[in-house]
Amino acid sequence: MSSVTALTHAPGQSRAVPRLLIGLAFFLTAIFVVAPMAFIFWRAMAEGWGAYVGNILDPLTLHATALTVLVAVIVVPINIAFGIAAAWAIARFRFPGRKLLVTMIEIPFSISPIIAGICYLLLYGRQGLLGPLLADANLKVMFALPGIVLVTMFVTAPFVAREVLPLMQAQGSEQEEAAVTLGARGWQIFSRVTLPNIRWALLYGAVLCTARAVGEFGGVSVVSGSIRGQTNTLPLQIELMFNDLNTTGAFAAASTLTVIALVVLVVKAALESRR
Amino acid sequence: MSIVIDNMTKSFGGTSVLRGIDLTVQTGELVALLGPSGSGKTTLLKIIAGLEWPNSGGLRVNEQDWLGLAAQDRRIGFVFQHYALFPHMSVRDNIAFGLTVRPRAERPGKSVIAAKVEELLHFLQIAHLGDRYPAQLSGGQRQRVALGRALAIQPTVLLLDEPFGALDAAVRRDLRAWLRSVHQETGSTTIFVTHDQEEAFELADRVVVMGDGRIEQIGNADQIHDHPASPFVARFMGATIELPVTIRAGRVEALGLDASRLPRRALPDGPATLFLRPDDVTPVADASGRFQISRAASNGAILRLELTDGTLSLPVDLPRRAPEAQGLTSGTRVTLRPEAGAIFSGGRDAPAPRTVTEFPRKEQSL
Repeated sequence: MSSVTALTHAPGQSRAVPRLLIGLAFFLTAIFVVAPMAFIFWRAMAEGWGAYVGNILDPLTLHATALTVLVAVIVVPINIAFGIAAAWAIARFRFPGRKLLVTMIEIPFSISPIIAGICYLLLYGRQGLLGPLLADANLKVMFALPGIVLVTMFVTAPFVAREVLPLMQAQGSEQEEAAVTLGARGWQIFSRVTLPNIRWALLYGAVLCTARAVGEFGGVSVVSGSIRGQTNTLPLQIELMFNDLNTTGAFAAASTLTVIALVVLVVKAALESRR
Repeated sequence: MSIVIDNMTKSFGGTSVLRGIDLTVQTGELVALLGPSGSGKTTLLKIIAGLEWPNSGGLRVNEQDWLGLAAQDRRIGFVFQHYALFPHMSVRDNIAFGLTVRPRAERPGKSVIAAKVEELLHFLQIAHLGDRYPAQLSGGQRQRVALGRALAIQPTVLLLDEPFGALDAAVRRDLRAWLRSVHQETGSTTIFVTHDQEEAFELADRVVVMGDGRIEQIGNADQIHDHPASPFVARFMGATIELPVTIRAGRVEALGLDASRLPRRALPDGPATLFLRPDDVTPVADASGRFQISRAASNGAILRLELTDGTLSLPVDLPRRAPEAQGLTSGTRVTLRPEAGAIFSGGRDAPAPRTVTEFPRKEQSL
């Protein structure tokens, strides 16, 4: 007769299966995520540290980097404001067209960014619907910063709203009602009750939004015109250099883009660790 | 702080939730709104709080029109069933919230707020929990904090929405006694919503029974128990037996029924319905009785009988050791002798009479 055995796992199940799955997850992550990223840095440094720094500080690449950051700095705050407002309206109120609004917010998820770019071109371009009007007002939207910002806003519109909305719906409005009965006014309720409750979802949405805004290629390529040193964002600059057979330069620029993305992730992780 | 509600109605998208509510609550009174879910009691409470607005009617508190006043300016303490504490704030900060959001000119100093919070923590017997967060508290503790948060602003009226609904039975009983003592010490006018009769009758000075958007009856436990104002209240108070009877010269008559213990009623001759609780009835063994015992079960103290006359089936409870219970077994034929009951004119399915008798308040009637 067997004596009492301590069971650390259910009898009849081998420990091999979970180990295999964990190993597989690590292996696939390494192949599909880590290796390409490592390769970017390896190729960027292929001609030595000096050439790498030179490539990054190339005026055209530097301008593209600055433009990309500028677009993100404009787009992300606007999308945070839009996302909170939309999620709040949908979660707290019942109004006709509410479901339609949810669907419309999600449209950018399902539409290819290049279609968004073409739509904006047809609307705001010189031959476009609003073209003559904009020309009269001496406003240049296409092949300029406003166009790039508009398309990036379109593409990133759902990120914050989709993160915040489920949380607000799950929490309901009782805490806000409690704050009202305790005498709190609109801004006090938002800053002291609503915002602290959604801050992590908001942060996550903002990070995703930033990553997407920085990396957007398709939509922006249609509306920017890719004018070097003027309307070229970093992803467009990388493609141009790649087409120019300037592989090392392309990889150097790519490494900058990767670093921006990694910095955003690190900031998020740092903020989350204070949770 | 008397509250006067006058002919108040409210509907949500075509569904009437309140159908003309008239109610006056006196200063310092503790009133329960009792009713099944969907009776409109929570909506009424939220309108008093300013979290909902009525379609018509009046709400005056201390001669002031409250319908022209935002919730923030009413100074009410509202306690939610699921506490609605702020999860990112400590217990101390939760309780202080209502004081810290006041406009700068009216806001007490930091030390004054801290002292007030400390005083409340002691008063509510949660002094040791001040630095905890809501997630670290039990349900009963959370509800104490929620009440502390509501009391901190020294509310004109205290409103509680199913305050013990989410708690288990032992904690409920505990908190009930505690709330009663809190009310006695603060003396604040208090209205609470519940669907639990025991809770309503044990805690409140007066109980307002609501059904389907109307006030069905106002009174204390004995009044509502013995003299239900409508078939709705009778059913809600546990009258599961409804017998069709005939009224003749104020007397109840029905086949197989010994109505000698029921007092005469000033009701018109004709069909009526007799409402009985299972323990209001004594079955008397009678070989020619209309009913037969189809099932007899005992839990030791109570003998539970199932009676049938072939079409009707009714439950009857009586103490197992009572002399009346002797010899009652499955198959015995019996006559029913109601000891008490409520009678309403009209057949079983006739519309309920809409007259509501308001009983005098407890302290005046006893």
